[in-house]
Amino acid sequence: MTTYLIRRLFQAALTLLAVSFILFGLISAVPGGFMTVYAEKSDMSPEDLARIRAKLGLDDPIPIRYLKWLGNLAQGDWGKSLTSKRPVLQEISSRLPNTLLLMGLALICTILVAIPLGILSAIKQYSWFDHFFTTLAFAGQSLPVFWFGLLLIILFAVLLRGPDGRPLLPGAGMYTLGEPFSLIDRIRHLILPISMLTFVSAAEYMRYLRSAMLDVIHEDYIRTARAKGLREQMVIYKHALRNAIIPLVTLVSLDLPSLFGGALFTETIFAWPGIGRLYFTAALKNDYPLVMATLVIYSALIILSNLLVDVVYAALDPRIRLS
Amino acid sequence: MKTADKSSNASLAISSAFVFSSSSEQSPLHLFWKRFRKHKMALAGMIILLLITLLVLFAPLTASYDPMKQDLLNRFQPPSAKHWLGTDDLGRDLWSRVLYGGRISLSVGLLSMNVAIFLGTLIGLSSGYFGGWIDSILMRLTEIFLSTPRLFVLIVLGMFLRTLDLPNLQAGSFLPIAIVIGGLSWMGTARLVRASTLALRERDFVQASRALGSSHARILFRHILPNIASPIIVSATLGLSSAIISESGLSYLGFGVQLPTPTWGNMLSNTQSQMTTAPWTAIFPGMMIFLVVISINYIGDGLRDALDPRHISR
Repeated sequence: MTTYLIRRLFQAALTLLAVSFILFGLISAVPGGFMTVYAEKSDMSPEDLARIRAKLGLDDPIPIRYLKWLGNLAQGDWGKSLTSKRPVLQEISSRLPNTLLLMGLALICTILVAIPLGILSAIKQYSWFDHFFTTLAFAGQSLPVFWFGLLLIILFAVLLRGPDGRPLLPGAGMYTLGEPFSLIDRIRHLILPISMLTFVSAAEYMRYLRSAMLDVIHEDYIRTARAKGLREQMVIYKHALRNAIIPLVTLVSLDLPSLFGGALFTETIFAWPGIGRLYFTAALKNDYPLVMATLVIYSALIILSNLLVDVVYAALDPRIRLS
Repeated sequence: MKTADKSSNASLAISSAFVFSSSSEQSPLHLFWKRFRKHKMALAGMIILLLITLLVLFAPLTASYDPMKQDLLNRFQPPSAKHWLGTDDLGRDLWSRVLYGGRISLSVGLLSMNVAIFLGTLIGLSSGYFGGWIDSILMRLTEIFLSTPRLFVLIVLGMFLRTLDLPNLQAGSFLPIAIVIGGLSWMGTARLVRASTLALRERDFVQASRALGSSHARILFRHILPNIASPIIVSATLGLSSAIISESGLSYLGFGVQLPTPTWGNMLSNTQSQMTTAPWTAIFPGMMIFLVVISINYIGDGLRDALDPRHISR
């Protein structure tokens, strides 16, 4: 197991290195590149621009610049945002709690919705309940998320009105401007983005769990459990679910990096100040250091979660680590 | 429709590769159709998709206005007999824009899907068939591509394409974005094709062909490819719908096909600020994406049931 672990860690590090190099090369190759942000300012003379180029080290070949960037990274220097001039890491960490709040709650809601629906659909296969929710889930998986977000806003923040004549739910932001923080206000702002995220991912989770349950329910050991005279509840929740939930655990683990990356569409549409929105505005403004740092952290987390899933599987199943 | 003979036993594969249409009753195509039409939703999806494709294809006939023509006196008209889906912020007819936008959206989808399937099949086949260091390199490459957040990287590439400032040709402007989307979507297919190729490589009919002195190319394209055609077709169908979603999302964010060329995605771009005055501008283009994508997904579901008898969709 130790050799397997070391090998996989080494592989993961290499992959991350390759990913960061490719991304760095890509971003550096953008015409104008890091300079776009300065070149747009008309009051800069060509000499000024050349001086900035030299100062930023942009005249070096890309591999050299990559090594320098990597060296700085190793010393904890991730560069400064070109637009806000603040350190990139500081920008990211100031947005991180908002994304964690949104995505964490959405993940919890998704699991709470998807697990019961998946189980019930499977044990009541072909009932109207099953047909209704599998069709809904199929629709959820075919929905362009951003359009769904727009529809939610039209419905709940424009058309439907509360008793006081104001829109039923706020369609943007984290809090009402000019009002002191209140939990109710925060929850009201969370409802729409979380519904959007939950509907779309619950659709996927539910379909997975349903088909896994159906596979398991027809296994011999379930028949044995029933033959023993166990209560149906016990058979389903103790025997069947335990095995059927494994693919779902994998799915959730692979989705964990999005706790960091957030939901770009959701955050953009609902003006939620998280990482996804930060990334989007950084890309719009050609803020390359910020874009690069977000990409690298996100990729690292994806690689890490893949590694985690593989290692857990290898720990459980010796056949995997030997091959 | 050589693909339908997946249903035949693998040991018959050599002969079946030469038999396309035997008697009309038992032809693979006929068998396939018999199974496919049992899936009612897939059938419905096919009809809807066909209808939308025809409407979009014949846009010059079906559209009632020039999609680019602005009419500032008639901005934000609600749907009416004159403007079926209303007009947008510049007074352009939405029905016409939806039809012309569909041409771009569907073309980008088809093109990206083809790029992804081509790359995925080529990489999967070589990886599974040749094995060894070729396999190691290609699978590391696949892993690298899978380790990046797709949407985030698509945005960087869109940013890249935007700064390149390509000449905004009517037909040419969506080509780069289609290639970029396809170039980031081949990994699933590659892994699938590799696994299927690995399983087939050691089978008797492949060994026999090798013993007869067939070239690698002949074995790969004559014997292995026809036998893995059905998983490829299914993943191509699902790839098509995800490519359409990717394009529309990217264009919605402003990093895809650029305005004024309409696509279903970028038609939604500015609608959020118009929601109180003209909600219809946000409803119809998105509904087209949804209809097309759900139709394709149901078709994919039906194809999987029809092409792979072992897989029963429950």
